[in-house]
Amino acid sequence: MLKQTEGSHAMAEAIALCRPEVICAYPITPQTHIVEGLGEIVKSGQLTNCEYINVESEFAALSVAIGASAAGARTYTATASQGLLFMAEAVYNAAGLGLPIVMTIGNRAIGAPINIWNDHTDSMSMRDAGWIQIYAENNQEAVDLHIQAFRLAEELSMPVMVCVDGFILTHAYERVDIPSQEQVDAFLPKFEPRQILDPSDPVSIGAMVGPDAFMEVRYLAHQKQMRALELLPQLSAEFKEKFGREAGGLLKTYRTEDATTIVVALGSVIGTIKDVVDDMRAQGEKIGALSICSFRPFPTKELHDALAHADRIVVLEKSLSLGIGGVVSHDLHMALAGTSLKAYTVIAGLGGRSITKASLRALFDKAQKDALEPLTFLDLNTTVVDRELEREKALRRSGPTAENILKQLGTVAATVR
Amino acid sequence: MDNKSVKQPVKFYQTGTFTVGNRLLAPDERSVQANMTRTNSLNSGHRACQGCGEALGARYAIDAAMRAANNQVIAANATGCLEVFSTPYPETSWQIPWIHSLFGNAAAVATGVAAALKVKGRKEVRVIAQGGDGGTTDIGFGCLSGMFERNDDVLYICYDNQAYMNTGVQRSSATPGAARTATTMAVGEDPGAPFGQGKNVPLIAMAHEIPYVATASVAYLHDLETKVTKAMSMRGARYIHILVPCPLGWGAASQDTIKLARLAVETGLFPLFEAEHGEVVSSYKIRRREPVEEYLKMQKRFAHLFGKQPAVETIARIQGIADKNIRKFGLLSLS
Amino acid sequence: MLFQVRIHGRGGQGVVSAAEMLSVAAFLENKHAQAFPSFGSERMGAPVMAFCRIDDKEIRLREPVMHPDALIIQDPTLLHQVDLFSGVAPDGYILINSTRNFDELGIGEFVKGYRPERLCTVPATELAMKHVGRPLPNVALLGGFAAISGIVQLDSVIAAIRDKFPPKIAEGNVAAAREAYAFVLEEMKEASHA
Repeated sequence: MLKQTEGSHAMAEAIALCRPEVICAYPITPQTHIVEGLGEIVKSGQLTNCEYINVESEFAALSVAIGASAAGARTYTATASQGLLFMAEAVYNAAGLGLPIVMTIGNRAIGAPINIWNDHTDSMSMRDAGWIQIYAENNQEAVDLHIQAFRLAEELSMPVMVCVDGFILTHAYERVDIPSQEQVDAFLPKFEPRQILDPSDPVSIGAMVGPDAFMEVRYLAHQKQMRALELLPQLSAEFKEKFGREAGGLLKTYRTEDATTIVVALGSVIGTIKDVVDDMRAQGEKIGALSICSFRPFPTKELHDALAHADRIVVLEKSLSLGIGGVVSHDLHMALAGTSLKAYTVIAGLGGRSITKASLRALFDKAQKDALEPLTFLDLNTTVVDRELEREKALRRSGPTAENILKQLGTVAATVR
Repeated sequence: MDNKSVKQPVKFYQTGTFTVGNRLLAPDERSVQANMTRTNSLNSGHRACQGCGEALGARYAIDAAMRAANNQVIAANATGCLEVFSTPYPETSWQIPWIHSLFGNAAAVATGVAAALKVKGRKEVRVIAQGGDGGTTDIGFGCLSGMFERNDDVLYICYDNQAYMNTGVQRSSATPGAARTATTMAVGEDPGAPFGQGKNVPLIAMAHEIPYVATASVAYLHDLETKVTKAMSMRGARYIHILVPCPLGWGAASQDTIKLARLAVETGLFPLFEAEHGEVVSSYKIRRREPVEEYLKMQKRFAHLFGKQPAVETIARIQGIADKNIRKFGLLSLS
Repeated sequence: MLFQVRIHGRGGQGVVSAAEMLSVAAFLENKHAQAFPSFGSERMGAPVMAFCRIDDKEIRLREPVMHPDALIIQDPTLLHQVDLFSGVAPDGYILINSTRNFDELGIGEFVKGYRPERLCTVPATELAMKHVGRPLPNVALLGGFAAISGIVQLDSVIAAIRDKFPPKIAEGNVAAAREAYAFVLEEMKEASHA
């Protein structure tokens, strides 16, 4: 049914349709509206057979989910940013134990400095943990990916992170088609765990694995995640058949067939990019866009096949690995092996800085002329940073950058005299 | 639901004594451990040290819980000695469904298991969370408190050997004053762990006003089993704190585990009591009071208090703690 | 055709709800609409913005509305404090919650080149007090907006109001929206005769 509603609310409805049995809730901006929505759906009786637990921290949230999932319940939780880090130990644990938990990440920057706005630093920090990571382009896809996520998680016995841009998607009102319960039931069968805590067949879960077996266990986990490379497109195809629209898969291309420049991105920014691509195409520029949906497992081969014919790619990413550069870009280099593609990394939108059509247009124009540096920070206030860099060279004062910039401008904390 | 646990042939090494069960008692008053059909939930073959109080405490507690719950128990275990020595992959000594997740989340994992069971309508299956003092009083404290305040249907059992033993005997918030640990060495002006620190988790549990809180000791088998059985007769958040001597960490002889567990109680240093909804409802009366020296001198972790120049003031301070407990909990029948 | 609206106000005045309701109204007319606030941990009284885009096809753009086709100003005290008019073109619609007119508000000069039938002030707070008993001007302003721009129908705005509020509160708001609509239509007639 078509609705005009807030992204988080649409997601909450979709998750409820998946018949979760245990939901753990701990608030953190910007995912809070999702768990609030689910809380209301459970408390009002709209969703039955579901335990909704208000936990005392994100670490507790995922830990409760681990227990519930191990005991055979379909389990869900959501977090972002600081919360994801706070539960980091449990994130690795859930993956290692092969538990099909689905968790929404309302993508948000990680402090310090504290920042509540959108970027991808949080989910990127957990990319090695063994969770599947899929990114939604818009709220319709956010709805659809959650439905696919439970199916994927349970088929592989592997937890799945559904990443949705904080505020930009979670807090935006958009038109979404919420499927019916019948449609979801037809797509998502009952959870049948491969291993379950049950007195009728006791099993010990979580033993200590030593050097003699650890490598094999990890190798097999890696292979299992690679299987998602086949499974994701299959699920997407089945989803299209049953729900009538495209959602998910490994990646999506937009006007890339004859493109000499391809812009690669994850998440909602692809919408703005597509608008710029259309404007440039209208002026005869051969430019296209590619959005990566499955970041883990990383679709190396599929990316190679989609990008190889171009002259250059621009990786527009909302993540930064201090001391080296882009996160997505470095993974992407694997896909570029065997090509002579030029690759430009653009770090954009960190901490929620708006990514505008105008800025992107100027950026893509430069890219077309190969006039970009290998690493660019979009819309950087060069005056402020250059001044600070000069000062640091002269003074070498340690301390937090944000506060240092203020000291430079003369606005220091007040002193009591 | 039939019990698929294997019936182990129980070897009674001490036949002819009253140590394992008491044949003068009526059968239904005998301990679970004395019963040939006990579940041996923690089976033999694990890798605990000789004389490990925790291995004993866990077997006592879980077997009692199993009997009380008609063998329908699931356990969530924190990282620590118990977890490590009981599940060296690919082997396990647990005969019950058991999960180990992380160090600090046993209570939360148990909450999750209980929630799943509730959703599936499996009321008869009971959940136990267990961990050592480190995993309970320190790193697991947040999740423990959360489980308490939500009154989740979980029995949490803490096996307290008063330090982080599995990692080499480091101080925890359960380490008593003056005790030597690897991070509170018996050197300098103030040897051993400082006084004036530490947490009394049973009292904190009581402050949450949960349905049941009890302390127990591996030297008092019947008392321990009774308390576990009582806890299993209730629903909601319950907490049992069991003193389990660690021969290695305490520097004691491995055959002294039970004796130490008894002396801790008979000195008054480890009061045995029960509380319901925040109020003490019973306490074990000390049979024959012992001065704390009798207990301390058996442990090398307190060796620096004795010798040529005994630390009279420190010992007096420890005695003061025992005296306070006796007063506070009414541990002597005449008081 | 893409139509972009920017709404300015202060925290607590229902600026975000206004954008959301506007998007629902457009949705009810089978259009695509996108509404979102300028996000922040705003407190009551701080200047806030919300955005609404309306189009006949899918809206992919995610940036804040930099070039609004219409500006709705819920709190005139912002007029000389915040750069409200940034990006507004001379053929844009400007609707201001005020009992005073553009000259009295001190922006008569500023809007000299603008189309007079697209500029209007409406006493939305007063209408809200009258019909709802609370000084929340957002709903009345939407009624006025429907009149001045014709981008959404009054009936759609009313349906959006009823969708959001429980019946008792909804009806008062509907009345406020209707009266604002009529008021603005009247103002527009006078402006085009002037």
